[in-house]
Amino acid sequence: MAEQQNTRTIDKVNASLKRRYATERRFKTLGLGAVVLGLLFVSMLFVDILSKGYSAFVQTHIQLEVYFDPEILDPEGTRDMEAIARADFRQLVREPLRQIFPEVTSRRDKRALYKILSTGAPFQLIEMVRANPDLIGTRMTIDLIADDDIDMLVKGHIDRNAPADQRRVNDTVIGWIDRLDEQGLVATKFNTGFFINGDSREPELAGIGGAVAGSFYTLLVTLALSFPIGVAAAIYLEEFAPKNRWTDLIEVNINNLAAVPSIVFGLLGLAMFINLFGLPRSAPLVGGLVLTLMTLPTIIIASRAALKSVPPSIREAALGVGASRMQTVFHHVVPLAMPGMLTGTIIGMAQALGETAPLLMIGMVAFIVDIPGGPMDPSSVLPVQVYLWADSPERAFVERTSAAIIVLLSFLIAMNTFAVIMRRRFERRW
Amino acid sequence: MNTAENVATEAVNGTKVRSEQGSKPLDSDFETVGEVRVPNARMTATDVNVYYGDKHAIIDVNLDIGKNQVIAMIGPSGCGKSTFLRCLNRMNDTIDICRVTGEIKLDDQDIYDRKLDVVPLRAQVGMVFQKPNPFPKSIYDNIAYGPRIHGLVASRAELDEIVENSLAKAGLWDEVKDRLDQPGTGLSGGQQQRLCIARTIAVEPEVILMDEPCSALDPIATAKIEELIDELRENYTIAIVTHSMQQAARVSQRTAYFHLGNLVEVGETTQIFTNPRHKLTEDYITGRFG
Amino acid sequence: MQFSVLILVLLGVMAVAFHVGRRRSFATVGGPTGVRKLHSLPAYYGFYTALWAGLPALLIAGVWVFFDGTVITAMVVEAMPAEMRDLPPAQLGLLVNDITNLANGNIVSGEVTPAMQSAADHLNELRALGGTALAVVALSIALGAGSLAWRAIGPKMRARNRVEWIVSGLLIACSLIAILTTIGIVLSVLFESFRFFQKIPFTDFLFGLEWSPQVALREDQVGASGAFGAVPLFAGTLLISFIALLVAVPIGLMSAIYLADYAGPRLRSYAKPVLEVLAGVPTVVYGFFAALTLAPAIRQAGEFMGLSVSSESALAAGLVMGIMIIPFVSSLSDDVINAVPQSLRDAAYALGATRSETIRQVVLPAALPGIMGGILLAASRAIGETMIVVMAAGLSANLTANPLDSVTTVTVQIVTLLVGDQEFDSAKTLAAFALGLVLFVVTLGLNIVALHIVRKYREQYE
Repeated sequence: MAEQQNTRTIDKVNASLKRRYATERRFKTLGLGAVVLGLLFVSMLFVDILSKGYSAFVQTHIQLEVYFDPEILDPEGTRDMEAIARADFRQLVREPLRQIFPEVTSRRDKRALYKILSTGAPFQLIEMVRANPDLIGTRMTIDLIADDDIDMLVKGHIDRNAPADQRRVNDTVIGWIDRLDEQGLVATKFNTGFFINGDSREPELAGIGGAVAGSFYTLLVTLALSFPIGVAAAIYLEEFAPKNRWTDLIEVNINNLAAVPSIVFGLLGLAMFINLFGLPRSAPLVGGLVLTLMTLPTIIIASRAALKSVPPSIREAALGVGASRMQTVFHHVVPLAMPGMLTGTIIGMAQALGETAPLLMIGMVAFIVDIPGGPMDPSSVLPVQVYLWADSPERAFVERTSAAIIVLLSFLIAMNTFAVIMRRRFERRW
Repeated sequence: MNTAENVATEAVNGTKVRSEQGSKPLDSDFETVGEVRVPNARMTATDVNVYYGDKHAIIDVNLDIGKNQVIAMIGPSGCGKSTFLRCLNRMNDTIDICRVTGEIKLDDQDIYDRKLDVVPLRAQVGMVFQKPNPFPKSIYDNIAYGPRIHGLVASRAELDEIVENSLAKAGLWDEVKDRLDQPGTGLSGGQQQRLCIARTIAVEPEVILMDEPCSALDPIATAKIEELIDELRENYTIAIVTHSMQQAARVSQRTAYFHLGNLVEVGETTQIFTNPRHKLTEDYITGRFG
Repeated sequence: MQFSVLILVLLGVMAVAFHVGRRRSFATVGGPTGVRKLHSLPAYYGFYTALWAGLPALLIAGVWVFFDGTVITAMVVEAMPAEMRDLPPAQLGLLVNDITNLANGNIVSGEVTPAMQSAADHLNELRALGGTALAVVALSIALGAGSLAWRAIGPKMRARNRVEWIVSGLLIACSLIAILTTIGIVLSVLFESFRFFQKIPFTDFLFGLEWSPQVALREDQVGASGAFGAVPLFAGTLLISFIALLVAVPIGLMSAIYLADYAGPRLRSYAKPVLEVLAGVPTVVYGFFAALTLAPAIRQAGEFMGLSVSSESALAAGLVMGIMIIPFVSSLSDDVINAVPQSLRDAAYALGATRSETIRQVVLPAALPGIMGGILLAASRAIGETMIVVMAAGLSANLTANPLDSVTTVTVQIVTLLVGDQEFDSAKTLAAFALGLVLFVVTLGLNIVALHIVRKYREQYE
């Protein structure tokens, strides 16, 4: 009888198999689709940003032979730098343009012609003369920074075939640039200015130098505070704290703080540090304080996990030879847990480096041209710089924004890779 | 293709691999003592080898599982008896690093055939595990799960009947008939294990594998399960792995003794326990080790 | 004296104290040969002296620095001529700002009056005086406490126990910072919100349907009073978060399942870290992507299909936010799914269930509470996300459920209300804190519930 039943069972099983495997395949395809979609998003994001940003790492220059005319710069021959710096350097860069395009005579056309050079070009010359006053009276071929519209044109971001009223560069200017190009006077060079300049309203002069310095000081403050405090808190909670309501409360608290929106920390910084304690706005010090409070939970949680992974036998061994609890922890447990704690700290720092919202609250969003020299100077940070530039309408800023993002992501990837390598290198299996 | 060749080479060098692992070398050409074959075999294992990564867990095992019979597999911990059991319905597939070579046939069908589908195989060869593992669902749904996924029933009434029959066969019906909608995880350990047995027989398998089904239970629950196994023998073929020699003696007709991945001896249960032929078997059942 | 110099000097004092303390411990037992007579190792006597020399002074210096700005400003205001002192608070604030700038030698916005100049000089005097006073106080405390500790050193003194006691005190103090942060958050948003609710009734804020926080400069201006009904903001936040979850939950969950149960080890080892990259990308980058790439693309696609799409549509912001949350959902799901014991899967496989049947009918139901917890955490993250919506969502408070329209969110409004120059007690500024309070309470509630569910779920299978 059982035999009969069994054959019936297996027949029925086989009958429904086709349908069941169809479901199985659908489910599997769905899963694969989700993974592929996720990977697609990653590649879309990176391709988009790389394709928009890579061209900002070079900058269009126009090579002109500049005569450092003593008549203009230093008519009295005093060689007094103060007076020289006030001289009309614009004349120096306009003269060679007039020579190349003698046919341009009307005031309007002349103004348009001068505008193919950046307003920063005369400052290039001032800096050169400041460094070497003997240049006065000599001739020299110099790569002068081109205006951002010209830069975009040369890099091909402006469509030459578009109707004239829809592009920022008119046909006359395009003709000039083509003529300069034929004479080999248009050069694209590596854009050093982008890495060392502060912010500017002119895209071709704007750089991330100030923002990088600001990020550096902010992270310095964050690291100096959050690492010792985070590790100390983790050591107490993991090694010494009694299990009671208080420590439960602290633990729940830390887990919750890790999930509080970052902007709320910004509100805290604004109300406490700036309005109550009167600390300066826009200063990396305050930014660092806010980011410290924000990254502490991450560091504490990671450090506790690292401490937890040290086996109890190590502690027993140390206690067994008569070490105090404090000695056990600081001589044996903490050194063994240190790689894990450092990894957690690096990851926390990476988070802090990419954070924007709380810093907007404490005024690190101001337009700051000077490169900060310390944690009390007003400054911006890299992600906030991205935010500021993303708001600017000029096409050239889109390119710079993407380039700033590339720099930011490179820092983040470097930090995370370092953390991963550290983990692999020092990971211990007990 | 490459892996298949590797498996083949490793199977040949099996003993070598094992001695590298540092375990005690046995005779390299190990002969099983006793009758590995029976006339009315339901399952036939031939030259089965199992590897966990580099570890050679089962070495050249040949064994028949007789129809409507209980075969007990005994041996010290780590001897491979559970591993062998899990080969019989390919539960080892769920472990990534596990490789099986050799041939295991269920009614003349090689279950390790590449074309064979494990889903109907497992509907024919059910399994009960060491620790009771009811789904976190109601008692009814636990039993009904198998018939539902396999499409064994057309109506609710039929399903009700299967649930009742299975629970009755597992001797659990009277205890739970009033609370079929309560979670299976709320039962006692012994009840949970009988629920798992009922869940297995609800699919009407041909063979039931039991992996130390009583090791997590108290003596009274154990006695009930053993009684149940004896009743199930009429309709099913059962292979049971057990730690307890008394249990093997009580429930089984044949007994197989495993030692360090080798099948040392197999035979009628009474013969194994009264007159073991191999020295290792004798040492084990007289309690010299294990 | 410069503050940083003071800190360095104090650290130097600590180093010296360590040395002297250690030397004295030797001296009390008659040189290095008598070390065994000491209760603790000599270094502990050094640490003991150093801690006493350094900690109280550093503590005083820290508190001083936090408050001296406020105190000195108050003193400067106090010393100003009456007509300046009696200005309305907003103008007084600007004036103080100018005076501070003047004192620092920076550019000043207006004309410099003699009164301002004298106030600035006064400020500088006070600062110099304060610096000197702090240095004197801190150093004398350092030397006093240090020498007291030094005198107490003797062979019977349990220096190690005392040092350990101080260190554990420091450890406890550090772990209390988490609590202090929460208290600080609650106090700062609660205090300002309270002031806001004195101006605008609580119910008007929570249930009002119109939001236009522009408070008029002139009496006759349109929308003179400003409307602070936050419902459109809540609706906008929910709409965008909902879109985000609609993207993130299926993709995150399914990819976690696929990578855990189907993918080969090769695919898993590449795809997992690549997907996790999404979690490490700063939100400002997503915002840029949403605003400059996705929003125009959606707009064009909409035009192509004959739909009118706002250039700051909720859809663009929501989609990008969803992408951001994918790794969050998938790693939480991964944890939760892996916590389902293998024995349950074995049970299903042994009955002949296929993989997808095992996952859908056994693993997922068992993991459901954990997954729900994960989704709640993801929701809390979406609600609190700022940069994406600031850059890609709009400012106009439309009450709509159409994802192609522009909506605004709580976080967007907080940022717009607080960025730029502000008077600190206008309803407009205070409204930001009221919104912050709502945001904090809602996310905190979600987190507590979610973490509780997840913890209970873990315990079930441990």
